[in-house]
Amino acid sequence: MATASDFRTCPTTGLKVHLPAERLIKANAVAAVVFLAVGGLFGLLVALTRSPWAARLLPADWFYLALTAHGLDVLIVWIIFFEMAVLYFASAVILSSRIAAPRWAWTGFVLMVVGALIVNVAVLQGQSSVMFTSYVPMKAAPHFYLGIILFAVGALIGTFVFFGTLVVAKDEKTYEGSIPLVTFGALTAAIIAVFTIASGAIILIPTLLWSVGIVSYIDPLMYKTVWWAMGHSSQQINVAAHVSVWYAIAAMVFGAKPLSEKVSRMAFLMYILFLQLASAHHMLVEPGVSSTWKIFNTSYAMYLAVLGSMVHGMTVPGSIEAAQRAKGYTKGLFEWLRKAPWSNPAFSGMFLSLLIFGFLGGISGVVMGTEQINLIMHNTLYTPGHFHATVVGGTTLAFMAITYPLINLIFRRELVMKKVAQFQPYVFGLGIIGISLFMMAAGTLGVSRRHWDITFSDAPLAFDYPAAAFLMMGLNGLSAVLAALGGLMFVAVTVGSILFGAKIEGGAPAAKPKAAPAVAQYGSVQHPAIPGTVVLVAIFFISFVLYYFVNWKYLSEVWPLR
Amino acid sequence: MAIHPPSERVWWNLPIARTELIWIIVAFLWGLTMFFMMIYWHGYGKQNLSNEAYRTTPEQFSAKVQAMVEKYKVREEAGIPVVRPPPGSEVYMLARLWQWYPILEFEKNQSYRLHLSSLDLQHGFSLQPVNINLQIHPGYEMVLSVQPDKAGTYGVVCNEYCGLGHHQMVGRIYVLDK
Repeated sequence: MATASDFRTCPTTGLKVHLPAERLIKANAVAAVVFLAVGGLFGLLVALTRSPWAARLLPADWFYLALTAHGLDVLIVWIIFFEMAVLYFASAVILSSRIAAPRWAWTGFVLMVVGALIVNVAVLQGQSSVMFTSYVPMKAAPHFYLGIILFAVGALIGTFVFFGTLVVAKDEKTYEGSIPLVTFGALTAAIIAVFTIASGAIILIPTLLWSVGIVSYIDPLMYKTVWWAMGHSSQQINVAAHVSVWYAIAAMVFGAKPLSEKVSRMAFLMYILFLQLASAHHMLVEPGVSSTWKIFNTSYAMYLAVLGSMVHGMTVPGSIEAAQRAKGYTKGLFEWLRKAPWSNPAFSGMFLSLLIFGFLGGISGVVMGTEQINLIMHNTLYTPGHFHATVVGGTTLAFMAITYPLINLIFRRELVMKKVAQFQPYVFGLGIIGISLFMMAAGTLGVSRRHWDITFSDAPLAFDYPAAAFLMMGLNGLSAVLAALGGLMFVAVTVGSILFGAKIEGGAPAAKPKAAPAVAQYGSVQHPAIPGTVVLVAIFFISFVLYYFVNWKYLSEVWPLR
Repeated sequence: MAIHPPSERVWWNLPIARTELIWIIVAFLWGLTMFFMMIYWHGYGKQNLSNEAYRTTPEQFSAKVQAMVEKYKVREEAGIPVVRPPPGSEVYMLARLWQWYPILEFEKNQSYRLHLSSLDLQHGFSLQPVNINLQIHPGYEMVLSVQPDKAGTYGVVCNEYCGLGHHQMVGRIYVLDK
């Protein structure tokens, strides 16, 4: 049982912080940043090798190895470690509760570290360059699958510690009424995580057995369907998590209040109900899957999950606008945005993340996920162009943004190199915008993803991509350098601050939290009108509609197929 | 604030502001439009996948490919047979480490029933520069009717990673004016 000395009061927020939870958040965040650095380095090498001006920087075998490691280390390891920190923060810290079963949480953490190390060793040994997706019948070393399974089990334990903490907080009445919106979003992520990890277990355990010879055959189509129930759903964990982070930053920086609790929570609920269908996005040009199945699933049942994201796209900036207008920034459409703290990396990172995720990642994802349009995009560089906008521009940048206040609140250190921190989201964000746009452009020109040599210089039959494709690959390489610089700035500031930042004093041991005071406010509090957000949303909507139909036009120009 | 419990205990009864309500309706209708657009295209668009596929084995499929090659071979390029099947016929192309086999010759504006399968791993059929991309699985024979509408030399790039020779895997399709 928690005792008084297990808590401290945060001098900034007044939240009661459970020290075992704080230690877990620190450990998970540090592990996350380590793997971000490793995975980011692999990514830089991949992008350079693909650019015409540094072509063949890595030999072919190392290129495919680095690409496999890049995918695993950033898409899985960095993001999920950080999500564990987000889950513990959104439960124990935000609810001022003790964390449930910290020993289990540490067991989960250790499993995740061990799993991540095993996967990295397997990949670096060279026998498991099967890409992040490891499509059968291509076979990796058994410990490749084992490492992923251990990592996933660890993450599942962490997820249940989160659920347990919600139960504890409710039981011990550390808050009154409903859980905060940010915690609700984290709960969404956690529920999707259970589905995701279950799908992963269903497919990876048989695949492990197949790799050691106990199971004789894994159907490749079945593998892909179930694997993506894990692979794509895990991206939906990211969406739920980073949208929660947007709300959290809006609250921390502006004191923003959701425009409507009901609308925002319904939007999260849409994720739980419909996002899992997205496995279909990867099955649109497969044999043996019917169009009916493809259309229903790829559209998340008539785009109901997309509806959720479009709603957040209005309510997140809308809540910021409402908070700013209430403070008196009411001139014109955009004074609230112009006078926002653009030099605060928590805000600039969050807002860039919102823009990149919505305009680049969201629109391209829906277009690419259209059954027929996928024909002109599947497995081209358009695909990584899209998901670098969602996962790097959206999730990673949002996580970077919230790391800055967490260094103050959880690590209790001042930031070092404040100027560097101030520019970091812009450098990284600009790099990611470049990576996404140039890869999408190259993909539109037909360039294959996961390809070492698009000049086909050793191939028996020649083929030439258009010259513009090589220009795009060169610009992609430059953008990757910029993004890597932004990543390096992030690692330098975070590691520097944790090791050398001035200690923030205060936060004497707190009494065990008593029941929070009952909130007295009832009834509707009207928020100010949000005309600026309406304009932003209108621009978004028009871009979306135009780009959507332009791609139908492109499709109509290719060979007739039946 | 979003990091605090809702200030109104009964938040689920509060009315939704008009701006949000309008956006929810617009976004929902847009979702429906996109959904029905896919169905519409199946009726009126010219680029749809057939849904026709069969279970097969590497032996069965390569036997069919070989039979076609023997019947319609016109020449060889780089050691790979070039095959010119008659319009409207069943045409086969196989994917294997690290080759598309054989080279096909089509006539412009004629329709062909193209059968695709892999003998080993998954491969990606990426027809360039038209940019038509299909996933090729071992054990599944995908059938689709193609109607090339422009003459020229087309490359078939493999765009699913299939091992160390992946980047050498290039096939070819010729479309002749007749």
